[in-house]
Amino acid sequence: MSLDSNEGLLIRGGPTRLQGPVRQRSLAQRLHIDPPLLLGLLLLSAIGLMVLYSASGQNSQLLLRQGVRLLIAFTVMIAVAQISPRQWCRWTPWFYGLSIALLLAVLAGGVMGKGAQRWLDLGVLRFQPSEILKLTVPMMLSAYLAERRLPPRTSRILIAGGFILIPTALIAMQPDLGTALLVAASGIFVLFLAGMSWRLIAGLGACAAVLAPVSWFLLHDYQRQRIVSFLNPEQDPLGAGYHLIQSKIAIGSGGLYGKGWLNGTQAHLEFLPERSTDFIFAVLSEEFGLFGAFMIFAVFLLITVRGLQLALQSQEPYGRLLGGALVLTFFVYVVVNIGMVTGVLPVVGVPLPLVSYGGTSMVSLMAAFGILMSAHTHRRLLSEGRRI
Amino acid sequence: MSLSLPLKDLAEESSLFRNRVLIAALGIALLTLALCARLVYLQFVSHEHYQNLSHNNRVNILPLAPTRGLIFDRNGVVLAQNVPSYSLEVVPEAVADMDALLNELREIVAIREIDEQRFRKALKRKKSFQGVPLRFLLSEREVANFAVNRHRFPGVDIQARLSRDYPLGTLAAHLVGYVGRISEADVARLDAVAYRGTSHIGKIGIERSYEGLLHGGPGYQQVESNAAGRTLRVLERTPPRPGNDLYLHLDAPLQALAEQALSGLRGAVVAIDPNTGGILALVSAPSYDPNLFVNGIEAARYGALRDSPARPLFNRAVNGQYPPGSTLKPFIALAALEVRLKQAGKKIFCPGWYQLSKGGRKYRDWKKRGHGHVSMTEALAQSCDVYFYELARTLGIQRMHDFLVRFGFGEKTGIDLPAEAAGLMPSPRWKRKARGKPWYPGETLITGIGQGFVLTTPLQLALATATLARSGERVVPRIVARAHHLAVDEETIFLAVRQPAITMQREKNWRRVIHGMVQVVHGPRGTARRSGLGARYRFAGKTGTAQVFGLRQEEEYKEKEVAKHLRDHALFIAFAPVKNPRIAIAVVVENGGSGSHSAAPVARRLLDQYLGQGAGQEKLASVASGAG
Repeated sequence: MSLDSNEGLLIRGGPTRLQGPVRQRSLAQRLHIDPPLLLGLLLLSAIGLMVLYSASGQNSQLLLRQGVRLLIAFTVMIAVAQISPRQWCRWTPWFYGLSIALLLAVLAGGVMGKGAQRWLDLGVLRFQPSEILKLTVPMMLSAYLAERRLPPRTSRILIAGGFILIPTALIAMQPDLGTALLVAASGIFVLFLAGMSWRLIAGLGACAAVLAPVSWFLLHDYQRQRIVSFLNPEQDPLGAGYHLIQSKIAIGSGGLYGKGWLNGTQAHLEFLPERSTDFIFAVLSEEFGLFGAFMIFAVFLLITVRGLQLALQSQEPYGRLLGGALVLTFFVYVVVNIGMVTGVLPVVGVPLPLVSYGGTSMVSLMAAFGILMSAHTHRRLLSEGRRI
Repeated sequence: MSLSLPLKDLAEESSLFRNRVLIAALGIALLTLALCARLVYLQFVSHEHYQNLSHNNRVNILPLAPTRGLIFDRNGVVLAQNVPSYSLEVVPEAVADMDALLNELREIVAIREIDEQRFRKALKRKKSFQGVPLRFLLSEREVANFAVNRHRFPGVDIQARLSRDYPLGTLAAHLVGYVGRISEADVARLDAVAYRGTSHIGKIGIERSYEGLLHGGPGYQQVESNAAGRTLRVLERTPPRPGNDLYLHLDAPLQALAEQALSGLRGAVVAIDPNTGGILALVSAPSYDPNLFVNGIEAARYGALRDSPARPLFNRAVNGQYPPGSTLKPFIALAALEVRLKQAGKKIFCPGWYQLSKGGRKYRDWKKRGHGHVSMTEALAQSCDVYFYELARTLGIQRMHDFLVRFGFGEKTGIDLPAEAAGLMPSPRWKRKARGKPWYPGETLITGIGQGFVLTTPLQLALATATLARSGERVVPRIVARAHHLAVDEETIFLAVRQPAITMQREKNWRRVIHGMVQVVHGPRGTARRSGLGARYRFAGKTGTAQVFGLRQEEEYKEKEVAKHLRDHALFIAFAPVKNPRIAIAVVVENGGSGSHSAAPVARRLLDQYLGQGAGQEKLASVASGAG
C-alpha cells in the first residue's frame, strides 16, 4: 500500500508536491514516522532520563532499565506505525474483547488494587491490564463511530457509552478509580471529537455533578482519605498529606532557577516520596526551577499540538478520532500529574508520561503515538476504501 | 467494519472534527494557563516560604553540651573534675546477627543481665543507624581488649564521654555535692533550651547552688539530615561555652583533718574565716562517696545509705539542729552586759542549784557542789549554770530572744548551699503560736544555758562565734570565693557580703566576754584548759554539752530522767587568734559526752593546723594580746 502513487497528492494537497517524484520520499515517510513528533518525544525522554538520574539518587542501573524500557516503547511505536489504520480498525473488536477478558481475569484472580499505604514503596512494577484499556477503549469507540456518518445519533452514543462503562466499572471495582476515570475520559474524548451534541454533553455534565456527592459514599476509605488530604494536607502532615506537603516544598523551594541538577535537597534527602515515579515533576521543579518546569511543559505542549495537528491532517475518520482522543488523553495525563504534584488536584496514581519511572503505561502511551503516526502517514486508506 | 462504510459527507465531518479539536485546544490552553499560574505561585510568589520549609526540613540543630566547670579548693586542689568515661555502643544496622554478636562480645567485656535488658529496650526505641549503648563505664582493661579486637565487630565502637568525678571521694561530699542524671523534677527548674544537650545536673551542694555558673552555655551544630533523621554532614558549628571553674574558700587539708578527727563519730565541724565569711571547712560525719550518684546509684546501695542509722547523706553542718548548750552562754553574757544588768557586774553565789522561788523546783548546776562566788569571767570559764540561770531570769525570755536573733540564731544564715535549717530561737509569742501554751518561767532559765527549745545548726554557731570574734561585724557565710571563666579568662570574685554590724553601747563588753572565753582554754580552771595546753597562740573557746533528750515534747525540765539518758552531744566553739582572729570554729559531736572531752580537742587540732604555717608570727601576736 505504501507504493500508492496518489499519496503525495493527498498528504499536502500542494501543487509543488505534485511534481515531486515518488523516489524522493524521505526515510521518515517510508518508516511512517512524523519527525517533529518524534523529536518532541525524544526530547521528553532525554529530559526524563536526566531527571530520573537525579531523582533515583544517581542510580545508573535504574537508569539503564528505564532506557531499555524507552527503547522497547519507541520500538513498539514504530512497529505500530507500520500497520495501517484500516488494519487496526479491523482488529479493534478483538483487542477490545481480549482486554475486557483480561480485566475479568484480574478481578477473578483477586489481584488487589492500589492503596495509599503503598506510597512509600518504591517502583513497584506490575502488569496492569487496565493500562491496555486506555488504548482499546478509544479504539473501540473510534471504530464503532467511524462506521457511520458523524455526528452519531443518540442511540449510537448510548451504545458507545456502554463500551466505555463496562471497562470503567470493572477497573473501578479493582479498585483503581484514577485509571478508571482516565479510561473513561479517553472514551469520552472520542465521543466529543465525533461531534456528540452539546445538549447531550451538558446533560451528562449535570448528571455527573449530581452523582458526585452520591459517589462519595461508594468510595473506599483510602480514596476518601486522598481527597480529604488533598483538600487539607496540613491536617495530617505525617500521614496521607505528607507527600503533598513535601512535594509543594520541593517545587516552591526550587524558585525561578532551581537548586541545580543533582542538588535538590528534598529529593536527595528522601523527604519527597515517590520521587522517581509519580512525583518526579517535583524533583524537576526543585532542581531546575520555574524555568525548567516551563521548559518541560513547553515540550508537552509541543507534542500535544503536533499530535492534534496530525489528527487534523488525517482524512480517515477512524485514525482521526482515535489519534485526537489519544493526544487529548496524553495531555490529561500531564495535567492530572502536574496538578496532583502541585496540589491543585487530588492525589491519584498517574505517572508523568515518559518521565516517570515505570513500564506499562509508557508502552501503551507510545503505542498510542504509533497509531497516531500510522493514521497520519497511511492516508491513502480512504482512496483504497473508495476503490474497494 | 470499514467495508460496510456508508457514504458520508466528508467535508462536513472534517469541519465538525476541526471544530471539536479547536474547542479542545481552547481547553488545553486554559488548563496550561492554570497550571502555569500555579507553578508561578509556588515557585515565585511563595518561593521564600517554601525555601524556609525546605531548609527546616533538611537542617537539624543539634545541641552540643558544654563542659562543666571544675571545682577547686582555695589552693587549687581539685574537688570535682570531668574524666573521660568509656561506653560501648552498637549500631544496629551494621549488625547482622545481634545474638551472635552479644555472645562474642561477652568474651571481651562483661555484659551483665541488666545491661542486656537495657540494651534490648533501647534497641527498639532508636533508629537503626543510631548507636545504642550496651555497656557504660568500661575499665581501662576492657577498652584495651576491645581495641585489639575491634576488627571483629563492625558496628560496635567505644564512645568517650566526660563524666563527673570527685577525686577526693568522701572529702567535703556534703559541701561539694554531686551531679546526677536530669530527672523529671529537675526539668521543672531548668531552662530547657540551655540543657538540650546536657545529661547531668547538680543535685545537691555547690554543684546544685552554682549550677548556673558551672553548667556553661550550650553550643549548636547545624547538620544536614535526611528524612529518616540520619546526619549527613555538619554545616555550621557554634562551640559550647564551658562552665566556670569555681574556687572555694575551703582549705582541703583542714577539711581532711576535720574529717579525720571525726572519723568513726557522728557530728559536724564548721570553720569560718570571720573576716570574709569564707567557709574553711564544713564537715558532716559520716560522709559518703558522691561518685556513686553520678551515673545512677544502685537501689540496694542507695537504700543502705538512706536507711543507715548514722544518716551519712544528712548534712549535719547546715541541716542538723542541736541545742547549743553552754556554747550559748557567751552570748547571754553579752546580752546581760548590753542591758547593764546589775548582776553582770558582781559575783553570784552558786550553791550547785537554783530556785525560782523558795521551796520551788531546784534547777541544778552541772557541778553538784556548786562553784561558790563566781564573776562573769569565772562563770564562763567554769561554765557555771547557776550564774546564767540568774542572768536569764533577770533578762527575761523576750530580751534574750531579741538580743540573740541579732547574732543570727533562729534564722537561716544565707550560705550558698541549696538547703539549710533555720534553727529555733524561742519566744513566748512563738510558743503560743506553735504550741498553743504559755511560756513558763522555768523555760527562761534553761534557755539561759542553751537548753530547752533553742536549737542551732553548727553553721549558725560558727557564724555567731565569728561575729563575736570580730566584735559584732557580721558577714554572710560563703563557700565559693571566685569563679573563673576559662573561655574569656574572666574572674568573678564573690566579695564578702556584710550585714549591719552589732553595735554595743560599750565596746569593752566584747572584750569582757572574749576574756571569759580565753579563760575557758587558758585559765587555770577553764573547762577546756587541757585543749589549750601548749598552744602557740591564744584562742578563745566555749564548751557545751547538750542534752539529747527531746525537751521540746516536755513542758517542764525533768532533771533526773535526762541525767540517765543517752550520752549528751558535745559542743565546742572557738576562734583564734584572739587578736585579729582568722578562724572561727564550731564542733558538734553527737553523743560525744562533754564538750571539753570530745569536741574541744578536735577544734584544737584544726586551729593548730590552720594557724600552724605562720606559727612564729602567731606566737608573737598571741603574746601581744596576752593582756586582753
